This record gives sequence, structure tokens and C-alpha cells, in this order.
Amino acid sequence: MSQIGFWDILTNLIFATGWTVLLSIISFIGGGILGLILLFARIGKRKWLQHVVKVYTEVFQGTPLLMQLFLAFFGLGLMGINVSPFLAASVALILWTAAFLVEIWRGCVTAIPKGQWEASASLGMTYVEQMRHIILPQALKLSVPPTVGFSVQVVKGTALTSIIGFVEVTKAGTVLANATFQPFTVYGLVALIYFALCYPLSLSARKLERKLNAAH
Amino acid sequence: MNYQFNFEWIGTYWPVFLAGIWMTTKLIAVGGVVGIAVGTFCAWARSLGPKWLGIIVAVYVELIRNTPFLIQLFFIFFGLPALGLRLTEVQAAMLAMVINLGAYSAEIIRAGIEATPKGQFEAGASLAMSPIQTFRHIVLVPALQKIWPALASQVVIVMLGSAVVSQIAVEDLTFAANFTQSRTFRAFEAYFVSTAIYLGLAILLRFILIQIGHSIFATKRRASR
Repeated sequence: MSQIGFWDILTNLIFATGWTVLLSIISFIGGGILGLILLFARIGKRKWLQHVVKVYTEVFQGTPLLMQLFLAFFGLGLMGINVSPFLAASVALILWTAAFLVEIWRGCVTAIPKGQWEASASLGMTYVEQMRHIILPQALKLSVPPTVGFSVQVVKGTALTSIIGFVEVTKAGTVLANATFQPFTVYGLVALIYFALCYPLSLSARKLERKLNAAH
Repeated sequence: MNYQFNFEWIGTYWPVFLAGIWMTTKLIAVGGVVGIAVGTFCAWARSLGPKWLGIIVAVYVELIRNTPFLIQLFFIFFGLPALGLRLTEVQAAMLAMVINLGAYSAEIIRAGIEATPKGQFEAGASLAMSPIQTFRHIVLVPALQKIWPALASQVVIVMLGSAVVSQIAVEDLTFAANFTQSRTFRAFEAYFVSTAIYLGLAILLRFILIQIGHSIFATKRRASR
């Protein structure tokens, strides 16, 4: 048996990081699309739809992501679907991400002054036209920094998928730590990899926020 | 889908869940109180403390905020024994929660401190208060009052995040679900029940924290009138 050296550990971890990145992108894009649909329901005119989305966000923000992953893993299995950890992880992370994004974006829409609604209504715009031309373009500008900031949570959230058996960088770290008996080095490296992924996102979120505040 | 849901096992396994709830409660009680204390110190260090301390705290805050809690937990429990620091599972979980909440609450509290008008510092100094007295009586309390809702949310997030401590064999609420499903093979039901309990705990914890906020800051306001 050959020894597993430092470079073997590092290359294996970096290879597994690809899966972390892929899962993060899938969750973020999927969650973004679902979040946008839910946003329209949340700020729309129908009361019961607003309530459904409110309960949805309350449940997904009020329960651990780990539990959501377990429920997706075993729940999809009950429906007769052959679940891979990757599928369960994607489904749970998309639902979880959407719940947070819809609240972030709702905050941005409600931050638009009421006068903007009234002004556009007085120009005879319909609800859809108001949204399309007046409200959403302004809300979009407000939403960029917190959305980028939340992407950090998504990357970190993917670490939990190791627990349902998806092999991304945390799981690879666990396997390597057990194989090499060097948990200090391995988990230290894993932490640094996550830091390298997340810190640029955190920094750009902060920079975008400062730019937005300066513009006003 | 013709799966029959079965919750009969609750009759046998409820003490496991109760013990799990108690462990999760203990973890967030210690993690919450000590974590906010650490966060307050770090917020002071970053906004008003000496420069070198501010830099150390900034590095700590950024490192923790940009890595997953699970990795922090593994690093503390599996990694630190290499440096001679051997902790029990529960100690490691509590330490990880304190370190995690400390970093997040530091940023939240700092935002409150930096929102304090400069005139308040000057007013404190003109009353011959020491910098520590000014911080304690004039800066910190209104700062905490301002950011209390955000702090409460963060404590709830840390409580929910504590679900992963079952990975280092802490017998918390998630452990209860894992244990039950391995005995009964009722995985979905076991996780469903524990998820519902977590939701209840989150709502309860938020309510308690908001009440604590009301009582602390209401008396302060009355006293200062």
C-alpha cells in the first residue's frame, strides 16, 4: 500500500470541490427560478397564495437544512423514485434556497416607495406593466448585494449534503481524514477551500452594497 | 404511492426524543449566552478596541463566516486533538457553536455600535465617564436594542445549525431521529417528527428572545427617564 501524501490529499480535495461548485450552482439557479415564481405569488393580489408562500418560507427557514435533506432523501424514495444523494441534495437545496431568496427579494420590492406604485398607476399602467417597467427594475438593483451575500450560505449549505452521502469536498475530507489519520491537515485544507470559494463572494457582496449606498 | 405511514413507534421512542430536545436546548443555551458575550467583546474590539486586536478579530470573523459550521465542528473535534486539545463531543459542539455565533453576532453588534452618534461618546466623556463606562452604559445598551431582532434571528439559525452535531455523536434531537429510524426503519416518519419539533423549537426560541429583548430594554428605558 502506498502512502497518501500531502499533494494526494490536496488534489483529491480539489477534484471533489468541483462537485461542491456544481451543486452550489444548481441550487442557486434552481432556487432563484423557484424563488422568482414564489415572489410573484408572495407579492401578488391573491391572499391565499400569499399565505401559502408565507408558510413555505416559515417552514423552510424554521427547520434545519439537514432535516430537509433527510426528508428529501427518504421522501422521494417513498414516492417510488430511485434517489441518488445528488438528486436529493439538489431538490432540498433548491427548495431551501428559494425560501430565503423569496424573502430577500420581497424585502427589495417592499422597499420601493409607495409613490412609485401610485405614479405608475396614475399613468394608467396595469399591474404587470407597473411591475415590469417601474417596480422590478428598481428592486433588482437593490437585490443584487444581498443575493450575492446569500450565495455564500448556499455554498456552505452544500457541506451538509455529505451527511446523506453525496461526495463533495466535505465528504472527501472525511474519507481522507479517516484514511490518512491527519484530520488536522485535511479539515484545515477543506476549511481553506471553502474560504477560497466564499470569501470572494462575501467581499463582492460588501463592495456592491457600498456602491449602492454611495449612489443614493 | 401506496406507502402506509406509521407513527406507532412514538409510543416507545418518545423518551429518546425528549432527551434529544433537552440536549439541543442545553447546547443553544450555552452557545447563545457565551456566543453573544464573545460577539460583544469582538464587536468592541473591532470598532473601539486597539488596532492589532481589531485585525485579529477581523480575521477570526471572516474565517468563521466563510466556512461551513460542519467543517468548524470537525476541525475542533477531530483536528484539534493533534494539537493536544482533546474535548468531549458535547464540549466540542458547544465550543463550535460559541465560536460560530461569536463571529456572526460580532458583525451584528458592531453594526449597532457604529450606528451610535458620535455625540453620545462625547457626552459620555464630558460626564467624566471612563471609556469602559461610556461603552457599557451609553453605547452598548442602545446598540443591542437596535440590533436585537437580527441577533435573535442569528441565535435561531445557530440552533437549527446545531442539527449537525449529531455527526460527532452528540445525542441531540437529530441523533434521536437517526437512532429511531435505525431501529424502526421508519426513516421518513422519524425525520418528519424531528423536523416538526425543530420548527416548534425555532418559533418558541424566537418568541422567548423577543420577550427577553422587550423586558431588558423596556426597564432600561424606564430607568433612564
